[in-house]
Amino acid sequence: DLEPGNLLHADHKPRLLLMGLKRSGKSSISNVVFRKMAPHETLFLETTTTIRKEAMHSFMDFQVWDLPGQIDYLDPDFDAESIFGGVGAMIWVLDAIDNYMEPVSRLTETILHLQHSYPDIKYSVFIHKVDSLTEDFRDDTMRDVRQRITDDLYDAGLENPPITYYGTSIYDHSIFEAFSKVMQGLVPQLPTFEALLNTVSANCRFEKAYLFDVYSKVYIASDTTPVDMKAYELCADLIDIIVDMSEVYGWDRGQDQQETDRSQAVAAPSAESFVSNIKGYHLYLKEINRSALRAQVRQGFRLTIYRNLSFIGISKYSDFEISKVLVDQNMQAFQDTLLKVFPRG
Amino acid sequence: MNSLKKPQKKKVLLMGKSGSGKSSMRSIIFSNYVAKDVRRLGATIDVEHSTVKFLGSLILNLWDCGGQDAFTETYLTSQKSQTFSDVGVLIYVFDVESRSFEGSNPRDLLTYTAVISALAEYSPSAHVFALVHKIDLVQNVFRDSVIQDRTLAIQEYSGVFSKKLKVYGTTIWDQSLYKAWGDIVKSLVPNLHIIDGYLHDLAEETSAEEIILFERATFLTVTNVTSELGERNPYSDRQERLSNVIKTFKHSLSKYTHSSTASHPFSEIAIKAPRFNLILARLTNNTYVLVILPPGDLEIELSRFNIMAAKDRFVELDIMGWAAGDTERLEGKLNGRIKDGR
Ligand SMILES: Nc1nc2c(ncn2[C@@H]2O[C@H](COP(=O)(O)OP(=O)(O)OP(=O)(O)O)[C@@H](O)[C@H]2O)c(=O)[nH]1
Ligand SMILES: Nc1nc2c(ncn2[C@@H]2O[C@H](COP(=O)(O)OP(=O)(O)O)[C@@H](O)[C@H]2O)c(=O)[nH]1
Ligand SMILES: [Mg+2]
Repeated sequence: DLEPGNLLHADHKPRLLLMGLKRSGKSSISNVVFRKMAPHETLFLETTTTIRKEAMHSFMDFQVWDLPGQIDYLDPDFDAESIFGGVGAMIWVLDAIDNYMEPVSRLTETILHLQHSYPDIKYSVFIHKVDSLTEDFRDDTMRDVRQRITDDLYDAGLENPPITYYGTSIYDHSIFEAFSKVMQGLVPQLPTFEALLNTVSANCRFEKAYLFDVYSKVYIASDTTPVDMKAYELCADLIDIIVDMSEVYGWDRGQDQQETDRSQAVAAPSAESFVSNIKGYHLYLKEINRSALRAQVRQGFRLTIYRNLSFIGISKYSDFEISKVLVDQNMQAFQDTLLKVFPRG
Repeated sequence: MNSLKKPQKKKVLLMGKSGSGKSSMRSIIFSNYVAKDVRRLGATIDVEHSTVKFLGSLILNLWDCGGQDAFTETYLTSQKSQTFSDVGVLIYVFDVESRSFEGSNPRDLLTYTAVISALAEYSPSAHVFALVHKIDLVQNVFRDSVIQDRTLAIQEYSGVFSKKLKVYGTTIWDQSLYKAWGDIVKSLVPNLHIIDGYLHDLAEETSAEEIILFERATFLTVTNVTSELGERNPYSDRQERLSNVIKTFKHSLSKYTHSSTASHPFSEIAIKAPRFNLILARLTNNTYVLVILPPGDLEIELSRFNIMAAKDRFVELDIMGWAAGDTERLEGKLNGRIKDGR
């Protein structure tokens, strides 16, 4: 009953499971991506003993469940339906610097166990902590893990299992990039978004265009030109700047703001940013649909941040600044179409 | 006019036990490393002498003094006068995890005190900064009290410098590093009050809530002007946070464009947000300026214009090695607007 259309049903939040052995890095991943924890702070994380649920409210509500490595889900007494019913995707986190025989066999057991009752689950294997491996060793490890899983499943009669593999680390952008890809697998309208982004890129001369969830730095879609990790990093770092500056300068000025701000009425309805002339490139960011949410971030302060979808485009067009009016018009049309495809609940 | 271009050299001693993190922080602030690279490279980065330029013509002679006992011994004996004369700043790094900090044999502090007395002998007017480094290894809730304890202990061993001494808790993993190094470099910039005066002028012309002047290569704060409204901003660590996040962005820009980061990475970043406008623009060869304005389309265009107009005036400030008369001349241009210089 997991038809794509159902994913958007009001009380049906697509669920993403994070599974793997103890200390493989699940809680670290979920904290770094969804709570903006600094990577090195994860050293202080203690082993998880209960299921932890994170919600991600961007254009659609995701749930990410961090399942402790110590529970035996294959125990027949275990209420599997409460966990696996309604799951869209499962991420299996595998510690690349540890012996991976056990996690590999646990994963294949799990897949075989679940395949009959829940055939629609998509699996992703995060070969994690690859920052600690040299490049050669990393490639070998990834190849070997993949081969073993494929062989094991083949021997058990499962051919072409729906598994995608990623090398990840919380110390660089790879974890965000991998998460983006997994999320995109849960977005039924992905082809529509990609087509829209292709059109905007063509009209406004963007080399690369993304639709980002600003808060998590996960991108929901991009145009269909080849993926470029460096372009992603650039956009992700721009988002960091915007989020940080919006935090430190977005404070409530109360009375004073209203007095000094005659132009409130004509102020842009949403945030927008522009980085010009980076060796001939321009970066353009436009917030799609602003809704201020109260969110718990950084040192326990309660703040208002803008937690939503943004368009980011990279352009190499020399007259980009001059043609910005045209870009703005295109963005308006893009936004209107997008909101039609994606009615907010 | 040639005298204007004369660079000023300042000797900066960077000392502390081996492994305390000296080279790591130096490569993050002055070379183009980000924290995670340093982590991977481990203790291998190890250059001893280096010269870095700040604001174009302030030359910092960084002496990254190998902290192994044998080296320390020579600094304090045969190379004593060579090492400790003409020092502008001493930065002494303590590893927060060191086992030999306190207790019956506080070796770290004893070495420090020996360094301090050598400094008192040869460069009594130097500034001293002590960094309690790798503070990330202490859990958040204990950080303040650990820093406080260490500060008291360090002060006790600082001799004639104990009043002037400044202590910071730092880690390469967050903005604390930029806070400490921003203050260190500020202590070396001559004629800061003149720069301040120019910024005040610009602040008035643009009706800015805040203006921050960043040095181009390091993105450390040179100085800032904040309006009455801006003073109410609850984020007191905002300057170093901005340094940190912009520096990281700059790093990924240079990766994306395959260019060296020594050059100008971008000409402008503008943000139009519902509660503020922001322009971060290249001001002179060696500086970027960040201007925070009220929201609205008009404000941002007007300020962009004002910044353009101010560029010419600021160009003169890039030249840090002023002769005596230049200071007066530039002060004169400020129409007595100079606020008390720090
Ligand atoms: N080098 C490196 N270390 C990592 C990375 N991700 C996580 N770690 C470290 O791995 C350790 C275990 O991480 P956790 O997130 O607590 O592991 P977990 O999977 O949630 O473990 P359980 O809760 O016991 O199931 C921590 O010390 C993390 O700092 C990574 O990408 N690189
Ligand atoms: N946890 C932590 N480690 C650090 C920090 N700064 C440096 N290090 C590590 O400390 C080790 C020694 O650093 P290095 O800069 O070579 O020390 P030096 O001998 O004083 O130059 C390296 O492994 C660094 O990665 C920090 O702020 N926190
Ligand atoms: Mg955990």
